[in-house]
Amino acid sequence: MTGWAQALILRELRLAVRVGGGALIGVLFFLAVVTVIPFGVGPDLNLLALIGPAILWIGALLATLLGLDRLFQADRDDGSLDLMLMSGRSVELIVLVKCLAHWVGTGLPLVVAAPVLAIFLNLDALAIGAVTLTLLAGTPALTLIGAIGAALTVSLRRGGLLLAVLVVPLTIPVLIFGVSAASAAITQPMPFLTPFLILCALTLLSSVIGPLAAAAALRHSGD
Amino acid sequence: MALIDLANPSRFMAFVARVLPFAVALTVVAFAAGLYLAFFVAPDDYQQGATVKIMFVHVPAAWLAMFCYATMTMASLGTLVWRHPLSDVAAKAAAPIGAAFTFISLLTGSLWGKPMWGTYWVWDARLTSVLVLLIMYFGLIALWRTIEDPIRAGKAVAILTLVGAVNLPIIKFSVDWWNTLHQPASVIRLDGPTIHPTILWPLLVMALAFTLLFLVLHMMAMRNEILRRRVRTLQMRAAARQPATATAQAAE
Repeated sequence: MTGWAQALILRELRLAVRVGGGALIGVLFFLAVVTVIPFGVGPDLNLLALIGPAILWIGALLATLLGLDRLFQADRDDGSLDLMLMSGRSVELIVLVKCLAHWVGTGLPLVVAAPVLAIFLNLDALAIGAVTLTLLAGTPALTLIGAIGAALTVSLRRGGLLLAVLVVPLTIPVLIFGVSAASAAITQPMPFLTPFLILCALTLLSSVIGPLAAAAALRHSGD
Repeated sequence: MALIDLANPSRFMAFVARVLPFAVALTVVAFAAGLYLAFFVAPDDYQQGATVKIMFVHVPAAWLAMFCYATMTMASLGTLVWRHPLSDVAAKAAAPIGAAFTFISLLTGSLWGKPMWGTYWVWDARLTSVLVLLIMYFGLIALWRTIEDPIRAGKAVAILTLVGAVNLPIIKFSVDWWNTLHQPASVIRLDGPTIHPTILWPLLVMALAFTLLFLVLHMMAMRNEILRRRVRTLQMRAAARQPATATAQAAE
């Protein structure tokens, strides 16, 4: 099993790096969202420090949504998705491996970029650590839940906007607990660990539900 | 008559034609009784005054909003597990009705909230989760309309419906899990309802009327959907029969 999974991960990563710079565009979009916010709410540094974790989380969510249509669309267009579905391997595992590779290609760069962007938002060292940790634990859930929407809209010509509409309601719990864990680290009396553990639980839960539902959607999209 | 007998669309249409007049009559009677009880029998609240009447629309609409999603969840299981031929028709017909009930409950709730809470909207757990339910209804309707082939659309929507069903228990228990502005459950409780009978009975009659209304609208919508699919099949058959004339006309 490990052989084909490793090959698939390497293939996905190679594609992510070489074709069109997907990872970098996601980070650029993240930077653009964070840059736009101070123009909207005003450059008050105290306010920005207060809502900084929320801005970073929303930026990461939007950047993840933007990259989701790459998850299955290109593979469907060139036919390799059909080959994977017919390979006789478990489709759920294929989806899980693809999500993992996709997260390394798009989600991990966001996590790496978050501390730099947090400086723009006047977060102190503790808050930067907390936000980065919650993003590290939470962004896989965004990719895994997003895989459901990506699989459902894979056969549509212009499914990008619909994908975002379908996925956003499902990601709200992740956003709630991610932001509340990050905010709890800044305002001391609230416990950090409780929402953080729930966030980890959400990621684990979505690593089961996401591949199951996405695999079912992919199977039905073929016939 | 078993549920499996209704799997045949023609038999279902005959069943609807027979049942629908009675269902409509029952709905009208139930609404007349419920509105009479709500307006003339139920007393005004000593704090809220006449605004308590809003509850007789708000609470049944909110119950039906969740009941409708539960119906769609069952229908989705029917589509994916048993491949019941009418269950995706049922799911498709229920989505706009559920969205309407959700919208009514949000609208009446905010109209009640303005004089009572002093604001039309708060980001309270239950209000937010019902708003998420509304967005999910809209998303499901959008997915139905985007995928052209009804069979494939049915399967895709069924998967999304089942994933979204996670939201239902969150709505139900949101007022118990989080300390929020919205009042906790007061009708369906282990230790019996905490509402006075003079208000409880009109509420239950209104809930019955809303449920009947849902059944009537659902049956009518399912009938329309079956007819729409027959028209689609006829059109496609007609188009397949005359490819030469169609291309000739297109060329002119």
